[in-house]
Amino acid sequence: MPLVPVLHLLLALGCAPLLVSIVRRTKALVAGRTGQPLLQPYRDLWKLLQKGAVYSRTTTWVFRAGPVVGLAAVLTALLVMPFGGARALVAFPGDFLFFAYLLGLLRFFTVLAALDTGSSFEGMGASREVTFSALAEPALFLGLAVIARQTDSLSLSTMLSGVTAEMWRQYGPALVLVSIGFMIVFLTENARIPVDDPTTHLELTMIHEVMVLDHSGPDLAYITYGSALKLWILGALLVGILAPVRSGSLWLDSGVACAAMIGVAIVTGLIESSMARLRLLYVPQLLVGAGVLSALALMLVLR
Amino acid sequence: MMTLLLALSVLLISGCAALVASASPRWATILGVGGVLVSSVLGLVPTLDVLFGAPMLALHASWPVPYGAFFVELDALSAFFLLPTFLLAALAAVYGGEYMLTHAREKWLGPPWFFYNLLVASMVLVLIARNGVLFLMAWEIMALASFFLVTFDHEQANVRDAGWTYLVATHLGAACVMVVFLLLGRQFGSLDFDRFSAPPELASVLFLLAVAGFGSKAGFAPFHVWLPEAHPAAPSHVSALMSGVMIKTGIYGLIRVLTFLGPPPLWWGGVLIGIGLTSGVFGVLFALAQHDLKRLLAYHSVENIGIIALGLGVGLLGVSTNSPSLTVLGFAGGLLHVVNHALFKGLLFLGAGAVMHGAGTGEIDHLGGLFKRMPHAGIAFLIGAVAISGLPPLNGFVSEFLIYLGAFHGVSSLAGTIAVAVLGVIAGLALIGGLAAACFTKAFGIVFLGEPRSDHAAHAHEPGLAMRLPMFLLAASCLLIGLLAPSVVGALIPMLENVTNLSRETIQANLDLATGPLLFVAMTSLGLFGLIAVLAGLRRWLLSRQQVEECVTWDCGYAHPTARMQYTASSFAHPLISLFKMFLHTRSRFSSPQGLFPRDAALSTETEDLSRRYLFQPAFVLIGRSLSSLRWLQQGQIQLYVLYIALTLLVLLVWGLG
Repeated sequence: MPLVPVLHLLLALGCAPLLVSIVRRTKALVAGRTGQPLLQPYRDLWKLLQKGAVYSRTTTWVFRAGPVVGLAAVLTALLVMPFGGARALVAFPGDFLFFAYLLGLLRFFTVLAALDTGSSFEGMGASREVTFSALAEPALFLGLAVIARQTDSLSLSTMLSGVTAEMWRQYGPALVLVSIGFMIVFLTENARIPVDDPTTHLELTMIHEVMVLDHSGPDLAYITYGSALKLWILGALLVGILAPVRSGSLWLDSGVACAAMIGVAIVTGLIESSMARLRLLYVPQLLVGAGVLSALALMLVLR
Repeated sequence: MMTLLLALSVLLISGCAALVASASPRWATILGVGGVLVSSVLGLVPTLDVLFGAPMLALHASWPVPYGAFFVELDALSAFFLLPTFLLAALAAVYGGEYMLTHAREKWLGPPWFFYNLLVASMVLVLIARNGVLFLMAWEIMALASFFLVTFDHEQANVRDAGWTYLVATHLGAACVMVVFLLLGRQFGSLDFDRFSAPPELASVLFLLAVAGFGSKAGFAPFHVWLPEAHPAAPSHVSALMSGVMIKTGIYGLIRVLTFLGPPPLWWGGVLIGIGLTSGVFGVLFALAQHDLKRLLAYHSVENIGIIALGLGVGLLGVSTNSPSLTVLGFAGGLLHVVNHALFKGLLFLGAGAVMHGAGTGEIDHLGGLFKRMPHAGIAFLIGAVAISGLPPLNGFVSEFLIYLGAFHGVSSLAGTIAVAVLGVIAGLALIGGLAAACFTKAFGIVFLGEPRSDHAAHAHEPGLAMRLPMFLLAASCLLIGLLAPSVVGALIPMLENVTNLSRETIQANLDLATGPLLFVAMTSLGLFGLIAVLAGLRRWLLSRQQVEECVTWDCGYAHPTARMQYTASSFAHPLISLFKMFLHTRSRFSSPQGLFPRDAALSTETEDLSRRYLFQPAFVLIGRSLSSLRWLQQGQIQLYVLYIALTLLVLLVWGLG
């Protein structure tokens, strides 16, 4: 029945910026501030879409294509990511490979757009982005291999719906390791503390924000919305493992998944409030650590 | 078969004619390029016939050479390798026609075209030869023809060096191959391939010899040392041909020998996976550390050969564990990557040639901003860069997808200890993919985007139509294979039948494991293009009502940003290089700024090949030293030498009688 996946798709499209908002709100509350209204990201997007744009004279059409290709890639990736134990709109064996490489396509064009400006700051961000993502990729794939072996399937939809409470009882330790690995990947890919800081505009210390420094207007809106969607889909991957409620009832399963998404957002906010950004030299150790955790999980399920 | 032999003779005749017409650059070019074009069209007819299911063609003629026979055969495996050979040979020749004319003043163009045609002809003969002697002769002609092409700019010392390294490496490889054939042919006293049989006790030795012998041509680490030397030295269209198809004759030879060796033990797959991982990861790491565009591309050939080896390794693992899904998906992925690599690496080398042609240098850090000056070559290079990074919807993704899928099938089906090997494949491919993307954002971003870093780059110009057209065709084929992936993969069946000894139905059934998903990938990719169009349209509509301005790049309020403030290739790759410095041993020279008003500061880094420096150089020095202790035998007196001969004969006689 394609109705459920379509509903979930609409949910993602509608609520992704809200997730960003929840993270920010959590950080504000922890810091003792009230924080911005929950709908602020939507207002930002709306305002950006209404604005004109300023382009650097150095740039070519690659710079203009970056946000467009990037958002299109994330939207396509959204099609294969299931939610709440239901099937995704598009599901086929190996779709997680397609998913991961679509995120790669997004990164490729973001990095090129950054290099197109000729700015040394953006070059710096681009260089860090490719470094860290190259190290995050093995962790993601090894973790997925654990799930693939345990559920004996090669499609995200069946893999994630196959993670049940029963499986947690049997293979709890392995799934915990995988979840920690995925959490690190989640934080890295979404430019979150401890890898990157989404709020600072101090160019020397950050990655994602500095790459999009020269974008403005609708282009920036595309990028902002795209990264909100990326937060949603990688969150959905985590939630698929961490909230294994598979009752078969659409409302219950989706409700639990939504609650878990909010939980992930709050945890992200708490992590961001409670720790500082790592020195860039230590980030690779964290990422390799994530890979090692996934590999350990594999050892546990392979024996 | 006759058409194919006709194609061969056209190549030889046109090559000789170009040699004769050396005095006129125009005629040499016309004859050389024309010959390749005509013979490619001729050759593609039987090749495509066989690929689409026609029975294989064979010709067996006796030959006065001892143990030799003019035995040629065109089966699906040969045809599969011939297809990219003919395609790339023709396209690179058209490109080379214009590219070489820049050298017309200082050099004769006849000889390079003669050797080019000879190289194509010898590659074709290697792929269809079915007799050991014939194969080795073609193999040797191939090595020598490409040697003369590599040393085209022989006035330069580094080019002569590169040629020398290549010559040594290729002959060491050929020596191993020769031993393989001798051992295989011993049982029936014939070097015809159909009479080859491997003595079971020697099968593993033969396998290792074949890996070393053919691997040195293919560029398996650590036998790859010649590759990053020779490819940058050759003219760009020759690099494209060498990297795109010539090194694949090594893969072909390895697969061909595997079909003689009988059932593989488990560890053979492990060996190939190990080689694949080392070649893949080291290839891409060394590529990241390079500052020369063509050298960077050459190291990427090592990486891609690694990916091919991973596919073959998964396939072999499947054969030895009796798991058809691994066998079919692994071999299919590895073999499809052969074609894919020929297409995008050919494209990228032609693109690099266009850069050198237009800007006069291949030093990445001296370029920049070329996209505005050569938009056509730039977009072709961009497509190649996306394809080689294995990103959907282009062809690189398809073959990596097959290998991944095979490996993931292995994860769920294999027993624990064996599954570790396929896990290596998965983690390795993921790392290679990420690093390749890093490397090609660097290559494209620093060369084509931003502001020009030198006068060369600022005055770059677009190449002519003859150079652009082959690049466009290659770029289009990268896209087409990506979008038509399901049917392309389906066309691999006859060739897989050849390689795997599985029945057609089994292969079909297991390929369906991939064709179904690939259909989804293709459909979703079309959706991706649709989305891109919609989003681009939306953006245009939104901006059409607003003010759009142009300004300088924001640089913390600097009033006058200069091109020298940009990130360079070295700085871009620096985090990754320093992360892997224990493998790379990059040497850097740094002169720090001095005094209150410093003017000069410089940093230069150099990454020498690890296996060349720590493996081959010491080994050759050692061999040289120990052999020079035999110098006393060489006195320079003829009488003594005659005495040696007589003594040897005497010893042999005694040995023969006893």
